Amino acid sequence: MSKYLMNKFLYTVDRDPELVERYREDPRGTVEWWEAERANAILNVPAAERSTWLTFSDDEREALAAHDYPALFGLGAHPFLALTLYIAMFERDYTEPLAFQLEYAQRLSHYTMPYPDIAT
Amino acid sequence: MATIAAVIASTHHPFYYRASTSTGADRPPFADEWVAKITSFRETLTRANPDVLVLVGSDHFHQLWLDNMPQFLVGKAPFYDANWYNEEREFGLPKMFFTGQEDLSAHILRDGLDAGFDLAFSNELRIDHSVTCPMITLRPEADLPIVPIYTNIFAPPLPQPKRYVQLGQMIRDVVESWPADLRVAIIGTGHLSLELGGPRQFGPHGPDPEFDRKAVEWIASGDIEKALGEVSLDSLWEPGNATHGFLDFMLMMGVAGAGRPADYVDTLDLFHTMEAYFTWYPKEASK
Repeated sequence: MSKYLMNKFLYTVDRDPELVERYREDPRGTVEWWEAERANAILNVPAAERSTWLTFSDDEREALAAHDYPALFGLGAHPFLALTLYIAMFERDYTEPLAFQLEYAQRLSHYTMPYPDIAT
Repeated sequence: MATIAAVIASTHHPFYYRASTSTGADRPPFADEWVAKITSFRETLTRANPDVLVLVGSDHFHQLWLDNMPQFLVGKAPFYDANWYNEEREFGLPKMFFTGQEDLSAHILRDGLDAGFDLAFSNELRIDHSVTCPMITLRPEADLPIVPIYTNIFAPPLPQPKRYVQLGQMIRDVVESWPADLRVAIIGTGHLSLELGGPRQFGPHGPDPEFDRKAVEWIASGDIEKALGEVSLDSLWEPGNATHGFLDFMLMMGVAGAGRPADYVDTLDLFHTMEAYFTWYPKEASK
């Protein structure tokens, strides 16, 4: 289990406008590409000095590939990172202000305190 | 020696810029009241006539990341670019640019380290809305040199709440010992109860109005002891999953001083969160 790697996916996609669109349009393909090519890149380090050990667990990979943000919340992905990226991808599909954010809350409504641990 | 011209603590609401600048049908119904409150709050800084701003905030996973995460970091750079692509995308925030006050940065780092705070530093820091929001609300001209200070309120494990208070006390002491004949305002932003990316987000009020009521009372009265008695790293999850931003308010209570009631207190009950604005003046300038 790698909460860190889920967060790294959300973080690196969110800050790249092209990746935001690619993840919106082809979530499964983007997750597979990212895990193969980007998961082990240390962000402030030359490409050759990459890590060798980072992989998603099956449920993490599936949650990301299915755009399943309630599952990401349950797996302990950082809620701010997930919210920010999913707003970027899907707020545009809703006409009323905050409609996506309120649906997001509603889809998480089965979670009660204490929420899943987000410590990495 | 430097003079602390004002201590200011505030929420940082990234939607203020868009709400305050929108017109016609795009202008939300609460915008006029919000602008009026901010205009009044801004006057408390203008009245203090500062030369330099120390700005305490928290990077929202922009430049600071989990592979190398500082708890407390002081910017020491001649200039700072500000606001990020995803803040422009979601909040409509403009790109901004500030001049740094490197001499004060160096002084805070040296004396802070010597006072027992193992501060991280950055010589190239792009700052985010935790620092630019108070600039937009309090000093939209953005014409004063700054020292940004970041705290981790975001990525557990976090320091204990008392450590934020102690850091605030240290910042006050160190600024007062800066050998420059300049007026320094210390401004910090955080949150009251807040939920982001959870089931209680974006409700008609903040997720825990009772916490907000108590928190405003602690800050307004300078009751550090009571705040520390009721707040723990575990308890802050209860009012909302992003409520650890309150630790920056506790830091600012440390800057203001135990038992020092604020000279200016205002709040605004908005959807999603309670806004709160506090200003302390030096004793001789207090009401």
